[in-house]
Amino acid sequence: MGKTVKVMEGSMAVANAIRSCKTDVIAAYPISPQTHIVEYLSDFAANGELNGKYINVDSEFSASSFVYGASATGARSYTASSSQGLLLMTEVLYNIAGSRLPLVMTGVNRTVSPPISIQPDHQDTMTLRDVGFIQLHVESIQEAYDTHIQAFRIAEDHNVLLPVMVCMDGWILTHAYEPVTIFDDADVYKFVGGPIKPYQKMDPFDEKPVNYGCYADEDKLMEFKYLIMEAHKNAEKVIEDVALEYKETFGHFAGGLIDAYRTEDADVILVGMGSVTGTIRCAVDELRAEGKKVGLLKIRSFRPFPGRQIAAACAGARVVGVIDKALSLGYGGVLGAEVKEALCNQKNAPAVKDYIAGIGGKEVNRAVIKDIFADAEKVTKENILDQEVMYVNLNRQFVE
Amino acid sequence: MTEKKNLLASGHKACPGCTVPIAVNKVLEATGKNVIVVTATGCLETFTSLIDFSSWEVPWITPLFENAAAVGAGVAAALEAKDGNERDTKVVAFGGDGSTYDIGFGALSGMLERNDNVIYVCYDNEAYMNTGVQRSSGTPFAATTTTSPCGEASFGNIKYKKNMPEIARAHGIHYVATAAISDLKDLKKKVEKAMAVKGASYLHILTPCNVGWGFPSEKSVEMARLTVNAGLFPIIEYTDGELTAVKKIKKIPVEDALFVQKRFKHLKKDEYAQQLKQVQAIADANIARYGL
Repeated sequence: MGKTVKVMEGSMAVANAIRSCKTDVIAAYPISPQTHIVEYLSDFAANGELNGKYINVDSEFSASSFVYGASATGARSYTASSSQGLLLMTEVLYNIAGSRLPLVMTGVNRTVSPPISIQPDHQDTMTLRDVGFIQLHVESIQEAYDTHIQAFRIAEDHNVLLPVMVCMDGWILTHAYEPVTIFDDADVYKFVGGPIKPYQKMDPFDEKPVNYGCYADEDKLMEFKYLIMEAHKNAEKVIEDVALEYKETFGHFAGGLIDAYRTEDADVILVGMGSVTGTIRCAVDELRAEGKKVGLLKIRSFRPFPGRQIAAACAGARVVGVIDKALSLGYGGVLGAEVKEALCNQKNAPAVKDYIAGIGGKEVNRAVIKDIFADAEKVTKENILDQEVMYVNLNRQFVE
Repeated sequence: MTEKKNLLASGHKACPGCTVPIAVNKVLEATGKNVIVVTATGCLETFTSLIDFSSWEVPWITPLFENAAAVGAGVAAALEAKDGNERDTKVVAFGGDGSTYDIGFGALSGMLERNDNVIYVCYDNEAYMNTGVQRSSGTPFAATTTTSPCGEASFGNIKYKKNMPEIARAHGIHYVATAAISDLKDLKKKVEKAMAVKGASYLHILTPCNVGWGFPSEKSVEMARLTVNAGLFPIIEYTDGELTAVKKIKKIPVEDALFVQKRFKHLKKDEYAQQLKQVQAIADANIARYGL
């Protein structure tokens, strides 16, 4: 297997994955911190290194609409955005998933205004959790590269046929430089299955031309939604299988639906998504060296949500802490709610505490994670109801 | 003589008297089957697309209200990316006046500016008819709609109809033309010209709506003719920015076109004489500007 190891920016790693998959149509509209991905792709296009079309469009709404049309015409398609741009796309994203179009996009995680800020948290893609996309969160730049390649395989699988959003933390992953292993174009292209094989596409030479976007009433509408739910169920196996096949082919593995790290005998497990799981991983190793029974549960696939796998991984734990980088305002942490839901009907379910952390780019380093572990250790079934949520490092002086 | 098969099949749910299917079938008669059609949300989508009963005999996609132009551009890019569009498939995007003038204006401007290989067709019935005749920026001055009613403090729509063809022309595209349902030969000829263009073209078709305008359903074609002859809808053509064709009118006073429509019937009253004068001034300006 031919490969190159190079120090490169996270955005460059993603751009390389999109190039190697010979994406037919790329539509782009700039927003920080997604910009470097599309800049690198436009460089590839300018140098004749891109197999497909790269088009700068007039808004995120048009970018998502553009790839929607391209994908329905049978093209392997890609776009990327962040924050407000992802929110502007929202209406179209429902359309893409609802029309079962297997495109891939990057959700470069950034907070949502106001106050305006370009710092990372998960508020943007969390808001899109219900649109029907598969959402895969990545821990590292290498995983971002690997997952974008896997994403095309997952999306285009005829048992799935759902769009995939690869979520990666802005700046922390998109703008950091690390050694990244890039595989040869031919091997990557072979892994994704060569050219896209659309389940159906708009083709005037078909005897029965395809229609997208028909009107449906109550006798068929819920049925369409049900079929999307079934496709997500099918995707669970496909995500795991593709991750394993990728491991066999390229030797990289960062988890399937989840990645449970030192959880087998753990008393306290922290659950998280994205780059923070790398920080937790280091903290776990250091705390284990001190004899603490702690573990990490990385959720790699947020949609489909791996409730059963989470329950199984947490079955032996006394306390589960959830790092939540997004808020449902008026409710609380969303990931925490979903983890609780996954555990609530289990025998001897652990106590679950929600840690609202990293909002608007607030620092979450190893020391912060160790503080969270120390707090979680003190949680019991008896005291959890008094302290279900903690706003980590809240600036009390400012709010009081 | 063989029966001609319409590419928008009969049996759809358009209102009796609707002129939109006539316009669409004429456009598709010109393109033939080698076409992919995009329609914005609106009348055309809802009356043609009930699941299992679709009227579209060609590949068809309806995305949302505001993105037909961008989706059409994506379709064209996919055709180009695959094999350089070697079969020369045409992409036609249809939007109503609400979609074109208002909510989809940004996406349309982007498509025209990029000169994407799409024939954009605005079917203009001069209000949001699908949702029950609300005012759009394509609604003419002084017309009443359900959101611009006539009352003690209002004579109806207070704004002039936005000049979409001129806005399209300002993007520097090769071909811009208007047409009306009252001259289908002219419409077909213009679609054929648009098809010859490599890049974006903009066609704007007047499609009177008997429900929204308030006239008997058998008068639809006549209503288009009256509007054109009054000078209220210039039939023109721009090629590479130059005015290359103008349809001469058999001039009639604007009241001959207005007073047969319920949406303008209040203008018969003396108290609205000023507004009626203003409508005539709009027509006179069109006649002078284009030499109608």
